[in-house]
Amino acid sequence: MEISYFPGCTLKTKAKNLENTALPLLNLFDVKAEELEKWYCCGVSFSQAKDNLMLQLAPIRILIRAKESGNKRLLTLCDMCYNTLQRAILFIKSDEENRKKINDFMDREETEFYGDEVEVIHLLSLLKEIGLDEIKKKRTKEADDLKVAPYYGCMLLRPKEVAVDSSEDPSIMEEILASAGCKTVYYPFRTECCGSYQIVNEENIVKAQTRRIVTSASKNGADLIVLSCPLCHYNLDEVQKQIADEDENFKPVPVLYLTQLLGLTMGLDPGVNDFSAHYIDPRPVLEIKGLL
Amino acid sequence: MKKIGVFICHCGKNIAGTVDIEAVKEALTGYPGVVLLEDYKYMCSHPGQDLIKEQIGKMGLDGVVVAACSPTLHENTFRLASRTGGLNPYACEIANIREQCSWVHKDKEVATGKAVLIIKSIIEKALLNEDLEPIRVPVKRRALVIGAGIGGIQAALNIAGSGYEVILVEKQPSIGGRMAQLSETFPTLDCSQCILTPRMVEVSQNENIRLMTYAEVVGVSGYVGNFKVKIKKKARYVDWDKCNGCGTCMEECPLEVPSEFEQALDKRKAIYRPFAQAIPNKVVIDPDRCIECMVCRYFCPKEAIDFGHVDEISEEEVGAIVVATGYDTYDLTNLSEYGGGLIKDVIDGLTFERLLSSSGPTGGEVRRLSDGKIPKEVVFIKCAGSRDPENHFPYCSKICCMYTTKHAMLYKHQVPDGQAYIFYTDVRTGGKGYEEFYQRAAEEDKVIYIRGKVSKLYREDGKVVVNGVDTLTGRNVEIRADLVVLATAVRPAAGVEELTRLLKIQIDENGFLTEAHPKLRPVEASSAGIYLAGCAQGPKDIPDTVAQAGAAASMATMLFAREYLVQEPLIAGVDEELCSGCGICVSVCPYDARTLDREKGLAVVREVLCEGCGACSAACPSGAAQQRNFTDKQLLKMIEAVLT
Repeated sequence: MEISYFPGCTLKTKAKNLENTALPLLNLFDVKAEELEKWYCCGVSFSQAKDNLMLQLAPIRILIRAKESGNKRLLTLCDMCYNTLQRAILFIKSDEENRKKINDFMDREETEFYGDEVEVIHLLSLLKEIGLDEIKKKRTKEADDLKVAPYYGCMLLRPKEVAVDSSEDPSIMEEILASAGCKTVYYPFRTECCGSYQIVNEENIVKAQTRRIVTSASKNGADLIVLSCPLCHYNLDEVQKQIADEDENFKPVPVLYLTQLLGLTMGLDPGVNDFSAHYIDPRPVLEIKGLL
Repeated sequence: MKKIGVFICHCGKNIAGTVDIEAVKEALTGYPGVVLLEDYKYMCSHPGQDLIKEQIGKMGLDGVVVAACSPTLHENTFRLASRTGGLNPYACEIANIREQCSWVHKDKEVATGKAVLIIKSIIEKALLNEDLEPIRVPVKRRALVIGAGIGGIQAALNIAGSGYEVILVEKQPSIGGRMAQLSETFPTLDCSQCILTPRMVEVSQNENIRLMTYAEVVGVSGYVGNFKVKIKKKARYVDWDKCNGCGTCMEECPLEVPSEFEQALDKRKAIYRPFAQAIPNKVVIDPDRCIECMVCRYFCPKEAIDFGHVDEISEEEVGAIVVATGYDTYDLTNLSEYGGGLIKDVIDGLTFERLLSSSGPTGGEVRRLSDGKIPKEVVFIKCAGSRDPENHFPYCSKICCMYTTKHAMLYKHQVPDGQAYIFYTDVRTGGKGYEEFYQRAAEEDKVIYIRGKVSKLYREDGKVVVNGVDTLTGRNVEIRADLVVLATAVRPAAGVEELTRLLKIQIDENGFLTEAHPKLRPVEASSAGIYLAGCAQGPKDIPDTVAQAGAAASMATMLFAREYLVQEPLIAGVDEELCSGCGICVSVCPYDARTLDREKGLAVVREVLCEGCGACSAACPSGAAQQRNFTDKQLLKMIEAVLT
């Protein structure tokens, strides 16, 4: 299967571990992700701007590139990019006037965009589409007593119209992890916001959120937290390190991309991971549980 | 040709302001059939009506056309005036030149021209009208009341009190309904059972009421005044003529199951009566739970146990039906976002009622389910499932604001050092003494009201942690509660949809019974002779239910007070010459008024059921189904008058 692929900025910088594990993982299932020839930021960083129209230009231009690529299914690995692209589609489909305004702004574009031509698909949905049984078949290592806390955050689930699963009670990560042979733990803060861009100007909000989320996961017995969003990863990992440094009673929990863990259970070369990029080192846990 | 008199009303300036009355009269002068043109400032006034009466005799009129307001307002007035003047009332027709003309136009010339056309077309109709006589049918003076909660009980008592027979059918083994489960009632805090049980006893002692508990309506045919009803009496496996309600069997029965009456807080036996004050004071055997160990038969001093019982069908004739099937509460498991069905200490309002009730399993002490401790922090969440169109139901369940206030208040009376929090969307306290009750809870009992929604709820360290937002301060709130009570949405009782299919009455998009008119006919169903009471029609509290039940009863007795039922004769008949017996009209009739006589090969109309909707007239391929005084010929003439 071939699919168009929009990486997004962080995948090439901070979140290399996500791309470097996700793409080989997809190769295992004969899925080839064809990176768009020309792409730029999805536009999410403009969402703080007051004009709701301007921030839609970037994602719609990306969707136009995808439309022009001829492969109308567009894969994203990053939750933020996924959410931004999906919401741009919602926006342009919501009424004729929005569509016209956007198209007026983009008078140099040669391709029109109406909203239905491109299907944005998140990695999690793609994995589920590939099939839980297929995932099971690719399992090479057992991680039986490893307890994993899947973390959804907001971007995968809200608003409801773009959610990859039930926005109140999702289970897609648990299902994928179960077929990869990992035990998951339930904890109430798995769908709580990490604090997102508040990290820029209100770090304390992120600190408080990270503390709640990680404490809730560890109280419920988690050895690891897995997620798929680079910003959530940064907040939960980097900020957690700060908390751990300040508070010796705090019990840190390493944070991995879901694809990193799946790669280890499916025999991908562990060397594709750059574990030094993690603030809370996951290697001790992975070694104890026999995955490294 | 018939002699038609045209009477044009000015309606003050309502019509005359936009329609040039003199010009209308001029345009109609000499119109075929018109022998008289009169106008008057208010035709509906007594002098106006007298004018019509006098002219009918004086001019020897055969038909009257009153050009005035909508026929929904004064058609009856003018038909009665015409009858007094000596005409058949159906010889009088209304030309609506107000709502459909003067009110919707500004241009006087346009309105005047349109008024002329409207009147002309009605003249054409009047010329071809036939004299009609109202349809008369006899009435069976006995009522069926379905559901014996407080609504059904009140309706039954009122009808019986007027001297008519009532059959009161109840699905459960005892009458009493939801009200029997409640602790105390708002806003007076009188004990629910204390005010209900005298009514229940009254029912059992009333000679006009035939009680059929543990029974269900399974078939309905017939029509207003003459329904035939099939009632299934479920097998009780106990001979109620012998059973004296001593309860020995219940003590000896070895099988315990969750009690429905106690909201599963307590157990009942497989042979049981729902609660101590049950009426009738008889037991039944739950066939799904009984293991037929025969212990009850061994111990019964009256030899009342009989495993040979089967369901019985009883056929009854009644003239009117009151539907008072009540409500269920939205099941907790639907509210997993609030931990419903997942966390033991998250319960619904009815369960809390049983905890508060002195006859309940804790003797009226509020104790939480997980460990039996007395909760010190209790969170109440309103609109759990209501006013939530995205995830659950759009409507307001109406009773929750008041009962949650009552819950918090009763809890505080019992645990003065405890704290009660209420998350609310709005506080709606429309009702006598209701607002004062709410103020008392907030001010005297220090119940904390938080305007906002709960976002997350989870268990931690033996507490239920409630995260929410206070939308008045804009702050997040976290309460570590011992117990959470959800004011779950009021839902129509299970099985009511099936019943509405039997009764051929309508339900709305939320499953509640639809009334004939939301304001002016609030207790009548869409079909004649069927009346509505209580929460089956929409969420309501006890006083509203009792009032509506009284109104439903009075509708039924109004029916019974007449010797014959009189119905509008404006129905669709069958022209036997033209009818080919194809049966299309039978399938399109929404009121079941048409049947097929296979022997004669003809459609037959049960006139009393026909509502005159015209569906059959439109569907009939041969023109045999003709609406009286709305025949094809009349309609074509009316159209012609407008187009020429």
